[in-house]
Amino acid sequence: MSAIVVRDLVKRYGDVEAVAGISFEVPEGGVFAFLGPNGAGKTTTVEICEGFRSRTSGSVSVLGDDPARRDRRMKARIGIVLQSTGVDVYLTVAETIELYRRLYPDPRPVDEIVEVVGLTEKRDARVGKLSGGQQRRLDVAVALAGDPELLFLDEPTTGFDPAARRGAWHVIRNLKDLGKTVFLTTHYMDEAQNLADEVAIIADGRIVAQGPPGTLGGRDTAATRLRFRLPADAGDLPEPLRAGATITDGLVELTTTDPTGTLHQLTGWAVDRGVRLDALEVARPTLEDIYLQITEGEAGAE
Amino acid sequence: MSDLTQAFRVVRYTNKAFWRNPANAFFTFAFPLMFLVIFTALFGTGTVPVAGREVNTSTFYVGAILTFAIITATYTNLAINISFTRDAGILKRIRGTPLASWSFMVGRILHAVLVTVLLVIIVVAFGALFYDAEVPTDTLPAFLVTMAVGAASFSALGLALTSVIPNADASPAIVNASILPLLFLSGIFIPIQDPNAWYVTVAKLFPVYHFAEAMNSAYFSVSGSGFEGQHLLILGAWGLAGAILAARFFSWEPRR
Repeated sequence: MSAIVVRDLVKRYGDVEAVAGISFEVPEGGVFAFLGPNGAGKTTTVEICEGFRSRTSGSVSVLGDDPARRDRRMKARIGIVLQSTGVDVYLTVAETIELYRRLYPDPRPVDEIVEVVGLTEKRDARVGKLSGGQQRRLDVAVALAGDPELLFLDEPTTGFDPAARRGAWHVIRNLKDLGKTVFLTTHYMDEAQNLADEVAIIADGRIVAQGPPGTLGGRDTAATRLRFRLPADAGDLPEPLRAGATITDGLVELTTTDPTGTLHQLTGWAVDRGVRLDALEVARPTLEDIYLQITEGEAGAE
Repeated sequence: MSDLTQAFRVVRYTNKAFWRNPANAFFTFAFPLMFLVIFTALFGTGTVPVAGREVNTSTFYVGAILTFAIITATYTNLAINISFTRDAGILKRIRGTPLASWSFMVGRILHAVLVTVLLVIIVVAFGALFYDAEVPTDTLPAFLVTMAVGAASFSALGLALTSVIPNADASPAIVNASILPLLFLSGIFIPIQDPNAWYVTVAKLFPVYHFAEAMNSAYFSVSGSGFEGQHLLILGAWGLAGAILAARFFSWEPRR
């Protein structure tokens, strides 16, 4: 079963096509991430799924319902963390959660919610006194209040410091453990990499790549990069390695699809000769490499 | 859980938040009294004709400031508060929950009415104590109905106004620009000297004048029921128009 099914979704604002015909499915019980630069169409798509915006064409099904109908029974089954949103600063954390959970037919207990988002100690603090990261966690708490099956998180960690981001990730992993389906948008590679079971890269209103973060864009089979410094007196690299190497300022870079074999050859040669390979580094392509490759390819195609 | 129960819950939490901003709460209640004291000090000598008789100007001001207080507590407060709530993204968040839109609106309006009732009690008591404004007993039904129609109409107009307020920072300026001139023209801050003056003709086009006339009659009439059917009808029509415009053009998302 898929929690969300989107087919050929198009959203036009005048002449501008914010979403240019995308299709994807969000499976139940996983974390699905929309990764893309600002203005790629992430928020537009998410807000169509949430029922805040209308669509120009295409079909959208959220938990079997069309969100454009803004059905209250559907809204009772989803939780929404908007990109920018607020709550009354004069209420406490517990009061805010209580206010929102009572809007749902089958809510979670307040204590459970504050624990999931790590705000137990701030339970009775006024919302206005919370830090930015804590307020964002309260946003998640409010979205969780009705015990939804599906959660939308629109750039939940934008503007966070690294520690706060780790904290938020922990919360999102908790949600997954609770069996929730999470639809996440982000422009941080590491966030998608760390949290998502499935990533769709969106650029200029189109999905340009999709898959699990480990294999996205052929990342699992793409060439591995070896990098090291070769002393001037070391002599030439053995023949099979020299062919694929580029040397800039004494820094050698090799790409290979067989990192085990190549590394064996290289280190064997170096040990035999008594050569030290300073700053030796073996790197698989990061999601960022793949992302830049794909989005640059897109820009080049225009 | 019924939608009405939810509306009352909105009232409860709005009220909780209201009192936790003591500065706001204090001035909401003190402001009309300040005006009452200042206007009676400045212009409070002599008498003015009101509701078919001559009353002391200071007494007249109790009724006028009552009208002013009701407009402030509903129209002004709702328009400004809703603009801030909208800019903060709270309205959009509410919109994403199963809460019925009307439950939220009714809750907010009921809270404004609650504040209005409290204000009315304070102003009436203050007026009875210091300015010889007798509490209307014979015309009490007219007094209550007129206040209810006024509070409801100006609440609806306040909500309608939010659809032309571009952002919260602009809301106090826009609200004041829309209401202050009418408060002056409609004989609230300064009693109308000449009922045939051009500015009275202008004032008659707008709801403030009719509300003020209906309130004066309900507060000061010594004979009759104090009901001003025609004024109430015009006021109510304005309120209805406001409700229709609000329902059609109200925005739940920041208008940026």
